[in-house]
Amino acid sequence: MPEQIYNHYNDIVAALLFVIGFSNLLFQKNLIKKIIGLNIMDVAIYLLLASQGYISGRLAPILTDGIENAATYINPIPSGLVLTGIVVSVSVTALMLSMTIRLYRKYKTLDLDEILIKVRQDRNK
Amino acid sequence: MEKINFNEKKKLYILFRITGAILVIMLAASLIMCMLDLPGLFSPEHPGENVVAERYIESGIEETGAVNFVAGMILDYRAFDTFGESNVLFAATICVMVLLLVQNPDSKKSSSKSYYDELKDEKEIEPRLVKNDVILKTIAKFAVPFILMFGVYVILNGHLSPGGGFSGGAIVGSGFILASVAFGFDKMERFLNKKSAGIITFVSLMIYCLAKSYSFFTGANHLESGIPLGTPGDILSSGLILILNICVGLVVACTMYSFFSLMRRGKI
Repeated sequence: MPEQIYNHYNDIVAALLFVIGFSNLLFQKNLIKKIIGLNIMDVAIYLLLASQGYISGRLAPILTDGIENAATYINPIPSGLVLTGIVVSVSVTALMLSMTIRLYRKYKTLDLDEILIKVRQDRNK
Repeated sequence: MEKINFNEKKKLYILFRITGAILVIMLAASLIMCMLDLPGLFSPEHPGENVVAERYIESGIEETGAVNFVAGMILDYRAFDTFGESNVLFAATICVMVLLLVQNPDSKKSSSKSYYDELKDEKEIEPRLVKNDVILKTIAKFAVPFILMFGVYVILNGHLSPGGGFSGGAIVGSGFILASVAFGFDKMERFLNKKSAGIITFVSLMIYCLAKSYSFFTGANHLESGIPLGTPGDILSSGLILILNICVGLVVACTMYSFFSLMRRGKI
């Protein structure tokens, strides 16, 4: 078992990062901290993808010395997928931050519980 | 609305914390169990290491002309994917504009002004800017040209070295952000305002769309551009990839700057 865990330490670190981000998302009351939690989850996904694509002893996928052999380079596909993930994460983060700005302008607080209480008060008026 | 008294609320809160902790621990355990079934550390027997990756590497040079296999992959074989990504950024900019440029319906007294115009002056938005921070300005004077130059280099060399449209665009955008923080938004507005950012983004996306979407009508097989691929390793090689990198870089730079500007002061 310890050897198996050592053989997968990159994946386990990614899983733990994912869970840290998820618990931030679940337990934090502050909206900004929730967004930071979601970003930590994104980073976990990038780590998982990038470490899955890496093969020990191989080169980065850029032509070196004219060698065109697939066994010389690492897998280029996870790199492209990480790129997609980064772009989507940037867009989602910007969208969430602007929604947070709107909520803050209206309710003057970032605490989700207080916002919910104020929403309920507004509805009961 | 039923009233929950303080004790019950506290109990519910503790229940939420306990269930949440159990859920998180179960999630961690199940994720780690799944991870242990993956192929080992950096092993070559990965299922992703299949004929697709082989094809991208072994015939990438003849088919795309790009020395950087990742650039050849994302801008030639999977160009539609990258087009979708650029459109995601464009859509995100539009959504942020919809959320932040809209007027506050509660304040009827200043119906034609945005939220930030209601603040007295720029002091409340940007105290440092009015203070004329000497250190920031001096450093920015030296740093901004080099940041922009490096960003342009990363964009233009996207098919030859690590980098490409997205990373280079992000570097250029952060250079714009540093310039706008140091010298004020007024000076940035001279060449990058709402109109010009919109035009740059639209034209770049349109060029990308026209360059790649005709293959929908030709059976969506290989995307022949008709441009000679040139010698691999030259700056003017690999057909459309250089043009598409520039388009993507412009879109990303404008998007980064407009995110910052919209969130900082409510307008581009």
